[in-house]
Amino acid sequence: MARIGVFICHCGENIGATVDCAKVAEVIKKVPGVAFSTDYKYMCSDPGQTLIKDAIKEHNLTGVVVAACSPRMHEPTFRKACAEAGLNPYLCEMANLREHCSWVHEKGDVTTQKAIDIVRTLVEKVKRNVALMPIKVPVTKRALVIGGGVAGIQASLDIANAGHQVILVEREPSIGGHMSQLSETFPTLDCSQCILTPRMVEVAQHPNITLYTYAEVEGLDGFIGNFKAKIRRKSKSIDEKTCTGCGLCTTKCPTKKIPSEFEQGLGNRPAIYVPFPQAVPNKPVIDKEHCRYYTQGKCRVCEKVCPTKAIRFDQPDEIMEVEVGAIVICTGFNILRPTFFPEYGYGKYKDVIDGLQFERLASASGPTLGAIRRPSDGKEPKNVVFIACAGSRDPAKGIEYCSKICCMYTAKHTMLYKHKVHDGTAYVFYMDIRAGGKMYEEFVRRAIAEDGAQYIRGRVSTIYEKDGKLIVKGADTLLGAQPVEIEADMVVLATAGISNDGAEELAQRLHVSYDQYKFFAEAHPKLKPVETNTAGIFLAGACQAPKDIPESVAAASGAASKVAGLFSNSELTREPLIAVVNRTAPPLFSTCVGCFMCQTVCPYNAIEREEIKARDGKVIKTVAKINPGLCQGCGTCVALCRSKSIDIQGYTGNQVFAEVMALLEED
Amino acid sequence: MKIGLYPGCSLKGSSREYNESVVAIAKAFNIDLVEVQDWNCCGATAAHNLSKELSLALPARILALAEKEGFEELLVPCAACYSRLSVTQHELNEDQNLKNKIIDIIGMDYKGTTKIINVIQFIDKYITDQIEYKMFRPFRHDVACYYGCLMVRPHDILKFDRPEDPQSMDKVMRKIGANPIDWAFKTECCGAGFSVSRTDIVGKLSGKLIEDASDRGAELIIVACPMCHSNLDMRRAEIEKYLKKKNKMPVLYITQAIGLAIGLDEKTLGLQRHFVPVVLKETGDDYKAEKKEVTQPVETEE
Amino acid sequence: MSSHNNHNESKTLADKILKSTQVSVAKCYQCGKCSAGCPVSSEMDYPPSMVIRMLQTRTPENEEKLLRSKTIWLCLACEMCIQRCPMEIDIPKVMDYLREKSLKENKAHEASKDIIAFHKAFLDSIEKTGRLYEVGLIADYKLRTFNLMQDVAIAPSMYMKGKLAILPDMIKDRKGVAKIFSKTIKKKEE
Repeated sequence: MARIGVFICHCGENIGATVDCAKVAEVIKKVPGVAFSTDYKYMCSDPGQTLIKDAIKEHNLTGVVVAACSPRMHEPTFRKACAEAGLNPYLCEMANLREHCSWVHEKGDVTTQKAIDIVRTLVEKVKRNVALMPIKVPVTKRALVIGGGVAGIQASLDIANAGHQVILVEREPSIGGHMSQLSETFPTLDCSQCILTPRMVEVAQHPNITLYTYAEVEGLDGFIGNFKAKIRRKSKSIDEKTCTGCGLCTTKCPTKKIPSEFEQGLGNRPAIYVPFPQAVPNKPVIDKEHCRYYTQGKCRVCEKVCPTKAIRFDQPDEIMEVEVGAIVICTGFNILRPTFFPEYGYGKYKDVIDGLQFERLASASGPTLGAIRRPSDGKEPKNVVFIACAGSRDPAKGIEYCSKICCMYTAKHTMLYKHKVHDGTAYVFYMDIRAGGKMYEEFVRRAIAEDGAQYIRGRVSTIYEKDGKLIVKGADTLLGAQPVEIEADMVVLATAGISNDGAEELAQRLHVSYDQYKFFAEAHPKLKPVETNTAGIFLAGACQAPKDIPESVAAASGAASKVAGLFSNSELTREPLIAVVNRTAPPLFSTCVGCFMCQTVCPYNAIEREEIKARDGKVIKTVAKINPGLCQGCGTCVALCRSKSIDIQGYTGNQVFAEVMALLEED
Repeated sequence: MKIGLYPGCSLKGSSREYNESVVAIAKAFNIDLVEVQDWNCCGATAAHNLSKELSLALPARILALAEKEGFEELLVPCAACYSRLSVTQHELNEDQNLKNKIIDIIGMDYKGTTKIINVIQFIDKYITDQIEYKMFRPFRHDVACYYGCLMVRPHDILKFDRPEDPQSMDKVMRKIGANPIDWAFKTECCGAGFSVSRTDIVGKLSGKLIEDASDRGAELIIVACPMCHSNLDMRRAEIEKYLKKKNKMPVLYITQAIGLAIGLDEKTLGLQRHFVPVVLKETGDDYKAEKKEVTQPVETEE
Repeated sequence: MSSHNNHNESKTLADKILKSTQVSVAKCYQCGKCSAGCPVSSEMDYPPSMVIRMLQTRTPENEEKLLRSKTIWLCLACEMCIQRCPMEIDIPKVMDYLREKSLKENKAHEASKDIIAFHKAFLDSIEKTGRLYEVGLIADYKLRTFNLMQDVAIAPSMYMKGKLAILPDMIKDRKGVAKIFSKTIKKKEE
């Protein structure tokens, strides 16, 4: 005979003001099988929980219904309390009187009656609950980090330094990401390469880190602690073990005029190339789209000159499968090339460039070795106009959001320019200066007050070329929106930061959510900023939203600490609310008829075939078996099963029918 | 198929050479253009400056007339009329209440189904492919194609060409052998409706664009709007006053340029009506000397 | 400041504009791109972005200034502002609204009398003949403005070049057009 305890919570005024809680407790007391029933102001409070624990012991309860808020809120709280009193936690259920009743109805008898009905259904359910044990799954203590920019580098190093194995996958031939392209960084003006390169080298040399560059994640199976990732290592056409990185091939390659991605088109590279001198690994790859041998079938100069015979023209892509326990996505961002602003002439006028191109112009390792020279004729520009929000905050043509980093890097650009061209003038057209951050505002003030950047509050309407000058037509909204016309030698557009190419496809492959702008979505904007909605997959850096270096690094360390926390256990505990195929006495053994419809519909590949054998080893019957490690409890198989042989534990057909019957019953 | 023609007031008055050249090339290419009967003025800038309802009712009456005559397409060569008619059709289609109100005001049936096309769309659809067969003498001149405001804006309603740096006119010009230059004022305003009341503003705005076209080596400007033409051609005195120098750059309608390329004579195309004499540089062959007999267009005046 | 109390009553010009044209001036973040691209902003007393700013303040003083401004009569409706506005605010529609209101309330700026006279002369011509009668228009405009000597230089050569018709081009259904006028611009105030 069941002995159910029912605990009605007032939730302060939330339930108590609308539902007559004392009456609910009174009526429920009379339901057969209810051994104890009471109400209390705050059931989740310490005294409330004690009330439940004491009642379990005193009345020898076999099941508990807490009628309060949503189980999403406090189910763990009450189940834990029951466990502490010696009751199996899965014998405790919650009736949702707040979201399902008091918040959505007026005060009145009908509302109280509805509350009673809700509690009655749960009582009937709990009578049929059985004790369940949490499922333990092993954890593979190896992390997969996707993307080798500053966030991926930081996350990899932190996890590796915590003593765990890391596989770092980078799409490009070298790690380093956008940070390796930057000249100097705000607000300290320290050289980007100088602080990043040692980290890149550390990644390459770390005993716990396996680095795959020129590689992409193609697929993912499994679940937290037990992922299987498919990685495609694109053919580099060289044998990395034999290649010494001497660079002779890159100097002898006859195809030299390919616009360099690293130099943002401001410099060229050969078809066999290392993206930049500090690249890690410092070994070349062959760009098959431009290589003469691949496109025309003739050349093989690199092969001839290679002293170690490391060129492999016939090298195929390699597909590998790795087992990992956690994943950190650090795929970074891209910039939105402002060709959607025809009025600014980007792509038409050579001297209208974007911010990333300016970084290369200002970089000591860039195409001009750090001298500010305009692309069209190599002359030193004396008037440079910087335009902020060239794509950001522009629902009409660009993107709606603020790209966050542009105000700061534009201020930095004006400084770098003024430090190199003392007699030049830097103009900045801006709408707002967003300089929230440690030493950021001070930095912008310095650009204006000390380095003399001319800030003009207004947007530019159009730019056109005339007699070798770029005529920039803007307005000064602080002077009554007076038109301002500047004859510039060069214009730099602070482009919008957008999600990286292929982010959407990757999100779909990894089964993680993403937002309307195709940035990866965090599990909670405030409290779970580095988690995704998929357990075991974390986020860091600008793949989530535009972020500057300090923020990216902080997020990377945050994600790494989550991974380390996950890896601190050798087993994970999972809720046992999964599907099971029933077993019955011989000679039937199971009502499962072995049609395996369930196997075809299971989204998690959790259903296997199991042979039921007699003692002599003869197969009596083949039935479906659900792998408890893979099953997510979605219930698709239950709905499909023609012989009704599958149930979700905690939500069996039996339980649900009892709930419905309780509602239909008139009292 | 018959295509409706709404010339509008300018094309019957101060810009009659535009109408003459539209009709002339249509005839040369055997296109049946039929003028909408008893049409009224579209209201132009004046109406929408002073009364929103009037600015919708006048074009709606024109469109209703076109519907009554069964035209599927209505050619509106004047860019200002094109804009007023297109905007009216758009606004009435967006708002059923407004549509009913306007139908009540004009006292006529109105569905809003007529396809309104501008002169470039007309050329593109019916003439471009035929030009090479009719070519008489390539129009080998450096031209600045001037689109002005009303043919490309508001883009959301007109959905014609690119609102910045449009190309459709340039394409037609290349087709007749011209070299369209790249310049900065393709879609800047000439001063539009201020051609009488604020000639100083017209002088300044038109002056700036004539100066840019000259500086970039254009020999002439090509337009498709009577307002632009009036301002650039008839207001040359004010323009020269603003520029503080003489400027004799001719301004031709796109239809006149096509007419010359297929060998229509200057008078048929109304070149003699321009204030700035149409004197073009020699291209190796003299128009007058080897004029070919082409069907002479007939006057379309009632 | 009266902004907060007025939301329900639609009293401010910004509210009336929203209701009549669906243009929300609240969307403007004052980037000034419209003023930067406007061909006549240097002639205006308030460039386009200032007009929107003044409407945003929702104060009677600024609204009055706008109705009495030169700006609204200088707008050429070239649509460059909305073409480039990042928030797609239809400023030409706002200008149309302000002009109509300014005229109704007899607040049109003194310096705009030539422009308004031209528009009125233009519409008079249409009302009478159905089409624009240019000679009549010019004569009417000159009488209204007393700019009697304007364009005496070009008129004869316009005539010589066949650009001016001495007689008006009358349409048949002049009554229909006149009715349109009586039902719209000449309608008595509701």
